[in-house]
Amino acid sequence: MQVPAPFDYERATSVDEAIALLERHGEEARLIAGGHSILPLMKLRFATPEVLVDINDLTELQRIWVAGDLLCIGAMVRHADLLASAVVGEHYRILHDAERVIADPVVRNRGTIGGSLCHADPAEDLSAALGAIRADVVIKGSGGERVVPVRELQTGPFETVVGPAEILTEIRLPIRPGTGSAYTKVERRAGDYAIAAAGAVVRLEDDKISEVGLGLAAVGAPHFVASRAEDAVRGRSADDAAIDLAAQIASEECEPATDQRGPADYKRALAGELVKRALRTAIARCRGQEA
Amino acid sequence: MTVTADQAHVGFGRRMRKEDARFLRGKGNYVDDFVLPGMLHGAVLRSPYAHARLVSIDTTAAEAHPKVRAVITGALLETLKLAWIPSLSHDVVAVLATDKVRFHGQEVAFVVADDRYSARDALELIDVEYEPLPPVIDARRALDPDAAVIRDDIEGKADNHIFDWEAGDKAATEAAFADADVVVAQDILYPRVHPAPLETCGAIADMDKVTGKLTIYCTTQAPHAHRTLYAIVAGLPEHKIRIVSPDIGGGFGNKVGIYPGYVLAVVGSILTGRPVKWVEDRSENLMSTSFARDYHMHTEIASTREGKILAMRVNVLADHGAFNNTAQPTKFPAGFFHIFTGSYDYPSAYCTVKGVYTNKAPGGVAYACSFRITEAAYAVERIVDCLAYELDMDPAELRMKNLLRAEQFPYKSPTGWEYDSGDYPRTLQKAMEIAGYDELRREQAEKRERGELMGIGLSFFTEGVGAGPRKHMDILGLGMADGAELRVHPTGKAVVRISVQSQGQGHETTFAQIVSEITGIPSDDIDVVHGDTDNTPFGLGTYGSRSTPVSGAAVAVAAKRVVDKAKIIAAAMMEVSPDDIEVDKGTFSIKGDPTMSKTIQEVALAAHGPMELPEGVEGHLDAACVYDPPNLTYPYGAYICVVEVDPSTGAVKVRRFVAVDDCGTRINPMIVEGQIHGGLADGIGMALMEVIAFDEDGNCLGGSFMDYQLPTAMECPSWELGETVTPSPHHPIGAKGVGESATVGSPAAVVNAVMDALKPYGVRHADMPLTPAQVWRTIQGRPFRTDLAITD
Amino acid sequence: MQVTVKVNGEEYTREVEPRLLLVHFLRDELGLTGTHWGCDTSNCGVCVVQVDGTPVKSCTMLAAMAGGHEVRTVEGLEQDGELDPIQQGFMTEHGLQCGFCTPGMMLTARWLLDRNPHPSDAEIREAISGNLCRCTGYENIVRAVRWAADHPRVSETEEVAAS
Repeated sequence: MQVPAPFDYERATSVDEAIALLERHGEEARLIAGGHSILPLMKLRFATPEVLVDINDLTELQRIWVAGDLLCIGAMVRHADLLASAVVGEHYRILHDAERVIADPVVRNRGTIGGSLCHADPAEDLSAALGAIRADVVIKGSGGERVVPVRELQTGPFETVVGPAEILTEIRLPIRPGTGSAYTKVERRAGDYAIAAAGAVVRLEDDKISEVGLGLAAVGAPHFVASRAEDAVRGRSADDAAIDLAAQIASEECEPATDQRGPADYKRALAGELVKRALRTAIARCRGQEA
Repeated sequence: MTVTADQAHVGFGRRMRKEDARFLRGKGNYVDDFVLPGMLHGAVLRSPYAHARLVSIDTTAAEAHPKVRAVITGALLETLKLAWIPSLSHDVVAVLATDKVRFHGQEVAFVVADDRYSARDALELIDVEYEPLPPVIDARRALDPDAAVIRDDIEGKADNHIFDWEAGDKAATEAAFADADVVVAQDILYPRVHPAPLETCGAIADMDKVTGKLTIYCTTQAPHAHRTLYAIVAGLPEHKIRIVSPDIGGGFGNKVGIYPGYVLAVVGSILTGRPVKWVEDRSENLMSTSFARDYHMHTEIASTREGKILAMRVNVLADHGAFNNTAQPTKFPAGFFHIFTGSYDYPSAYCTVKGVYTNKAPGGVAYACSFRITEAAYAVERIVDCLAYELDMDPAELRMKNLLRAEQFPYKSPTGWEYDSGDYPRTLQKAMEIAGYDELRREQAEKRERGELMGIGLSFFTEGVGAGPRKHMDILGLGMADGAELRVHPTGKAVVRISVQSQGQGHETTFAQIVSEITGIPSDDIDVVHGDTDNTPFGLGTYGSRSTPVSGAAVAVAAKRVVDKAKIIAAAMMEVSPDDIEVDKGTFSIKGDPTMSKTIQEVALAAHGPMELPEGVEGHLDAACVYDPPNLTYPYGAYICVVEVDPSTGAVKVRRFVAVDDCGTRINPMIVEGQIHGGLADGIGMALMEVIAFDEDGNCLGGSFMDYQLPTAMECPSWELGETVTPSPHHPIGAKGVGESATVGSPAAVVNAVMDALKPYGVRHADMPLTPAQVWRTIQGRPFRTDLAITD
Repeated sequence: MQVTVKVNGEEYTREVEPRLLLVHFLRDELGLTGTHWGCDTSNCGVCVVQVDGTPVKSCTMLAAMAGGHEVRTVEGLEQDGELDPIQQGFMTEHGLQCGFCTPGMMLTARWLLDRNPHPSDAEIREAISGNLCRCTGYENIVRAVRWAADHPRVSETEEVAAS
């Protein structure tokens, strides 16, 4: 089995200590949370940080709570816990749909929501789901906290706005009654990354689409969302014509790359098809029709 | 409650396995579990290029690493005449590159260090300069006039051609095709795949300088063959070589050959005077060890308008990678491919196979292929479905019309095989009954009206296994006959030593059951010894489903000899003639007086005692046998797969899979079924997701489990098995072997099912793996080549 | 650095490199070779152990990260010389052939049954979808888990009856 190059190990006991350690060790220090993104890279020696700061003891980041009209999820919440959380499932079925198809059950015991967002793999599902939700993330550094919309978090493949001495601490999801959401993914096999995946979040008013978020994973959609498709259907009747329009525009605005999961033309068509299905289910859930 | 194995069990039948006791507790002994005193660890540096001149290697920095004990390069091996070793197919294989690298991942240098982490670190300290050369990746272009010559190490070699081979009657087949009403031709690719056992390959080499004995713990399916080959190749005395094949975490043909890593571990041990362990990582396993298949088959079938098959013809382009290192009986460079005529009754067939070199890893015969029978069975079962498509005939009806009938056995096939026994229509009928075939077709018709894609795929296969009669079958001059030794102790317990060792097939249980069935000694009283060349008889190893047909036969014959001798001794004990003795599973009684009897345990004690034995009878109670099989055995089966296809996404769901197998006598039905279950999962894997493809630079695109996808429990349905039993007439216990049957028969069933689902789109064929992308593109009328990188 | 891990109920302190993976710590430092390794990309699952009762791929965890936590390996499934029902189920239903995936598979299954004592076949298959097997085609593994679900430990049934 492949093994990492040598490095030093530090274990943080608080968020502030984690930040201090990152500051002390500089650019060659990386955080390790679930470890299932960074350790495989290190084993293949594609990443060779000199210091790993273990933040698994930061229990303060492992909570899920409701604060007013915000559903707050600590960055260290594991995929498995997100999937098991009743309050998450109550407000955002999209997250349960997505978690069910992220990696496999054993990996989900370790991987974290913060880790997934910060790794910023273009095929990563939570980025698309949270983009559709229009969540915000809280980033903390020695200078204080800042709130960044998740749609502005990732700036490119494996790149985010989180600075070298900063840590993403929390994800905030707006709670709006009457929201329906869904996520759907096609993969070559259980546990694989998506060939394409789509998430939809909608609110209806008088059966018109008053709010809509469309997330896309693995197809090169800028910031993991189909914003032009969103703009095109906002305000329209929630009918098949709107769903088809959203799918068509989403399919046009994404930029899938050909790879061994499939050629670009297939992925583009798939993106559209999955937007259609996610949106249809989200709308049905809005109306209380779908289980 | 505690579950224990049945202590008094005698003979065939379902019984729990003895070997489970250690595996369940985590007390298996796999190669990487062994730690020898003073043991060092090796790591291989591999080429990042598919084809490049090796300009220079600088190992100074690696040698200076405080934990490195030795660094080996091709130059050093050349001084030992070990830079190249003979392959299993009249070629040579590079142990470490000397002049050129010829595939992505080829071995370039070897580091021996104190621990595996340091060995891995030291690899980065070796500086290699390469001069890239144009690679030959597409097998269909390997013989182009402007293709780079890969094997310029072979004197006079000016192209990438390896061999031409043919079988059958060319003229008769041509005539049959010329006269036929219907001719269907289809290019069928069986892409490169990999056995990928969960335990990778590895070895611990321990050269004892004092005794001169070399011990190698190794993941090998053929320990005795390895021992002899090391003796011949390395010039070491064979009686001073011991190969120990301990618990093996899956073989599937991946662990038959001698890999460079093993040789390097041996050289490392000789150089350092200490044991050296080398265990490859997964990427090394997938990129450099024996791949499987990679047959481009132009397949044709001729028939009457009514669907009576007249002839079949296949022209194969075989991609062998950079060295010809396929492992099959030496006289058969294309293995048993000429069994492609399949299970049907027609007089004429002809095939050609052209082998070529490409800049890819060597191999080809692996992954339960039964020496290319996977390729042959896939070709015939696919082309028969293509014929059904053209005739607009139900594929079950077409098969039933052409299947060989029971009265035709033993059957001499158009390419010279003698199938031993079978009742094919009965087996297909049974599969159709279990599946509810007519009901499925009705359901399919209803779904088609609604635009839903449901597919039903059949596969009927005949295998030829148990290589093989030694006059026809040898590997590098070692005849494929195997030995067995049975010894009954004074207190009536026994030990049987066999040449075929297990990689999960349960030999410790099943071989005890064979002895038990014949001698009447309870299974638990019989120890099965396998895997260590120091205390087992010679044989060619476990692969090609040959354990039961060959070694099982040897054990049965040896057990019979023990019983025959026991009968004579029992007669002497009771002072009667042996003709007056009746034998019934370990009890020897006087005919007509059942109160007078001796058990085999009593006979064993007496045989070791002071009693006077009859003339010509030696003491003790043991026997040996070297079994030279008179023929192969021919297991067969009928499989039916049901799939649902989502046309908008291309996703395939396997809803049901029915498998009716006939492997003759079943020693332990539980183990037989387990073997079949495993092979059926292989079919799903290969049909829907497994492939090792290459990009145009020759980079291997299947070098990790992220890329080389294996089926999980979620892709596999609950297998529905049935059986028919047609014993082999020439095998001592009528058994045929079953290890590879399901891997042979299942891919076609799945592919046929998907193609059946896509029939409304006018699709007749698309190549595996039928991933969602491939299915979607096939529906669009534009399937892509799966052996190369996907392009726009 | 020094790391202290409780493994199968016993505490072990060892001097290790920070980069030492938990799977190698268990196998090479502690000699517990029942936990295996089979890939480079956290896919195959033959390295699964339980950390604080939850299955984890030990090839994707540092020994350092396990410091202060409790690890259970296949060697810890047996209790007082008696096989766990999951082990008995695997034996009865022929849920293993080469045995290489078995330790990880059993620990994942044990965790499933601890949370969901009566899973459906679909739930079993999903729970083990991160554990690959090349020998069994999964059928008998599912039957083995079902057997264990149907034959819980006597003490477990007593607890259930008492509650």
